[in-house]
Amino acid sequence: MSAADAVAAVMFSAVVLYSVFGGADFGSGVWDLTAGNALRGARTRRLIDHAIGPVWEANHVWLIFVLVFLWTGFPTAFVSIMQTLAIPFWLAGLGIVARGAGFAFRKFSPTLRWARIAGIVFATASLATPFFLGTIAGSIASGRVSTEPTGELWSSWLNPTSLLGGVLALAACTYLAGVLLTADATKLGEHDLAAELRPKVLIGGVITGAIALAGIPILLIDATDLADGLLTEGLPFALVSSAAGIVAMWQLWRRSYRRARISAAAAVASVLVAWGVAQYPWLLTQEATIDDAAGADPSLVGLLIATALAAAFVLPPLLYLLHLADSNRVGTLRPTR
Amino acid sequence: MSLASTILASDALLPARNQMALSLGWHIILACFGMAFPAMIFVVHRRGLRGDDAALELAKRWSKVAGVLFAIGAVSGTILSFELGLLWPGLMRTYGDVVGLAFALEGISFFTEAIFLGIYVYGWGRLPGRLHIMMLVPIMAAGLIGSFMVISVNAWMNAPTGFRLVDGVPVDVDPVAAIFNSAAPLQFLHMYLAAAMVVGFTIAGVYAMGWLRGRNDRLHHLGLVVPLAFAAIAAPLQPVVGHFAGQRLADEQPIKLAAMEGLTETTEAARLEVGGLWNGEELVGAIEIPVNGLLSFIATNEFDATVTGLDAVPPDERPPVGVVHIAFQTMVAIGTALVGVVAWFGFRWFRRHDRLFESQWLLRVLVAAGPAAIVAMETGWITTEVGRQPWIVHGLLRTEDAVTDAGYIWVTLAILVLVYGAMTLGAAAVIRSMSRRWRTGERDLISPYGPSLDEAAGGAEHHEAMVAP
Repeated sequence: MSAADAVAAVMFSAVVLYSVFGGADFGSGVWDLTAGNALRGARTRRLIDHAIGPVWEANHVWLIFVLVFLWTGFPTAFVSIMQTLAIPFWLAGLGIVARGAGFAFRKFSPTLRWARIAGIVFATASLATPFFLGTIAGSIASGRVSTEPTGELWSSWLNPTSLLGGVLALAACTYLAGVLLTADATKLGEHDLAAELRPKVLIGGVITGAIALAGIPILLIDATDLADGLLTEGLPFALVSSAAGIVAMWQLWRRSYRRARISAAAAVASVLVAWGVAQYPWLLTQEATIDDAAGADPSLVGLLIATALAAAFVLPPLLYLLHLADSNRVGTLRPTR
Repeated sequence: MSLASTILASDALLPARNQMALSLGWHIILACFGMAFPAMIFVVHRRGLRGDDAALELAKRWSKVAGVLFAIGAVSGTILSFELGLLWPGLMRTYGDVVGLAFALEGISFFTEAIFLGIYVYGWGRLPGRLHIMMLVPIMAAGLIGSFMVISVNAWMNAPTGFRLVDGVPVDVDPVAAIFNSAAPLQFLHMYLAAAMVVGFTIAGVYAMGWLRGRNDRLHHLGLVVPLAFAAIAAPLQPVVGHFAGQRLADEQPIKLAAMEGLTETTEAARLEVGGLWNGEELVGAIEIPVNGLLSFIATNEFDATVTGLDAVPPDERPPVGVVHIAFQTMVAIGTALVGVVAWFGFRWFRRHDRLFESQWLLRVLVAAGPAAIVAMETGWITTEVGRQPWIVHGLLRTEDAVTDAGYIWVTLAILVLVYGAMTLGAAAVIRSMSRRWRTGERDLISPYGPSLDEAAGGAEHHEAMVAP
């Protein structure tokens, strides 16, 4: 394994972690949007604030890691990707800003009116951002990024595989968030809220599975290299993903929500790993392998040292924060008096 | 050609530079709070743990404000990392791996900051006091390391090092040498002091406003004095650090210095000219200090030394002098005035301590000092960034060769102006609404990191907001 391979592996792990943690964050915006009017949706919205508030920042730093590793480890590929997929990147960036500002501002809004506007901004942007990020993933996976950007601003991401990526990302985020929120509601003793969410989450799971199945013919026609990879090296992970998805649905059905959230996260993570394994050793399919695109060796080694530092200094407090956020919160969702 | 196609086909350089200036200029204010605010929170929290209830209350409030500012800063920072690839492909394609390690270390620092800030804000009433306050230590350390790394990348653009160019391609890359380039230490110090001044004067100004409105309690006393103490230490040091940063320019980027001073011709024993405006050819209306060689002395420590003028390079290697000159003069003028504000406050502190805040004028000046410090910092950034033009990497890569060839950057710029305008209004409205709620006696507010809902005693307005979408 070369240094470039190791950097690519770390970078891809950050993609997976971002999809799970950031994805659950994004998905919660969809539940926020569909929670109903101010009065009816209040409890769901509080549950969402509660669930993602403390880990809000940490969930999104993964994206910065991915970008930094990409431009340091593979500078030319970074530029090709950004320039080819400029439109979805601009739109995702806009969504990230609108989402962060909307979420931060909502709680301190001077009036209900302001809170409503901030909330709509937050929720709408939560819907748009994973879609555009998903199209970016779809474009890269289907080999549409060339080392010599051709200036195809629209067809690079408005194509079957990219759109599949966008829709699947949105559905998976929503489903994952739904499972986590149901588990949280149960832990908080809000069993009626959990019961209200459960059928919707089950439907979300069926829809996500259906989109994934519908994607198979799309990939066979539109992204043959990816399809080949997924049917060979990637197959075990794709199968694990399907199995985990089915188990999650079963656990959800049995109201075993805490276990369901682990299975759902595993389903999302393993489908991404399947993609990564299927695409290896290409960074840009049929254009540049990971080794071709690698930047200067000392910088790659530097990145690996930085990774070790991060594992030593960042991981323990992150786990502690997640633990803090996860514990000691019973009863906090009761309406204000 | 229709208007739309004209816009879409236009050159990206000008809008891209303006967009980067807007995004950086906006983000840097929040970054100041990331750098300097945690230390101020630490001071009041420590007082609070020793039994000063007003100080403890202040620490709680400030930590919530820090949470909001940090959340917004995180997204405006994410946009910046997008923009590096979207606007400046020529820079990142060639030098991404030279400067990237600094960004990676900054990323780790930022992550650390985000995690511990989450623990800190969430920790009120959950963690024992002595442990709780210690959560600020990694926040402060990560803030310093992270900002050093980002500033070091900017400094590298002024003093590129850590590689050798062979046929336009960097070889023998040494990312550590790139981080510790010759411009980095002074630029970092200059920025850290600027951050302490921006945050110190701004927060002190908020509480000075409270004093002017008759809120003369202990909380407003501490809220004014603690941040002002930071600004008071930073303000007099700032000209000294700035002076040495200028001497580095005389050595390594003399044309930038010539633009700052409006020096047209390379001159021996050059005199210093203050103020004035650049008319495209020369300075008009500047006051010449009648000391031979004063500029030479300031730039090099020798009165008869030669100072390089703009004529040393062809016109297409000179920056836009008018902008650089006026930005620099504004920064120096405000910086000097702020030292005066500190001196005034110091005089009252030592001579009239019993009636410290009875001077309405001092309070009014303190209210104005915050925005003034922000203007000084922004004009400082304009000085260094515009002064580096036409280079994006000094002497090696022109900005026009680094910019994207996308034709629609005017559109993204226009959208960003609207978005950042809305975020500015939103942030102002939210912070005002927080302070109004605090005044009406609501103690525990819910922040983006928010602990609990039922700890917040509800007023009707507050209650409404909580059930809102």
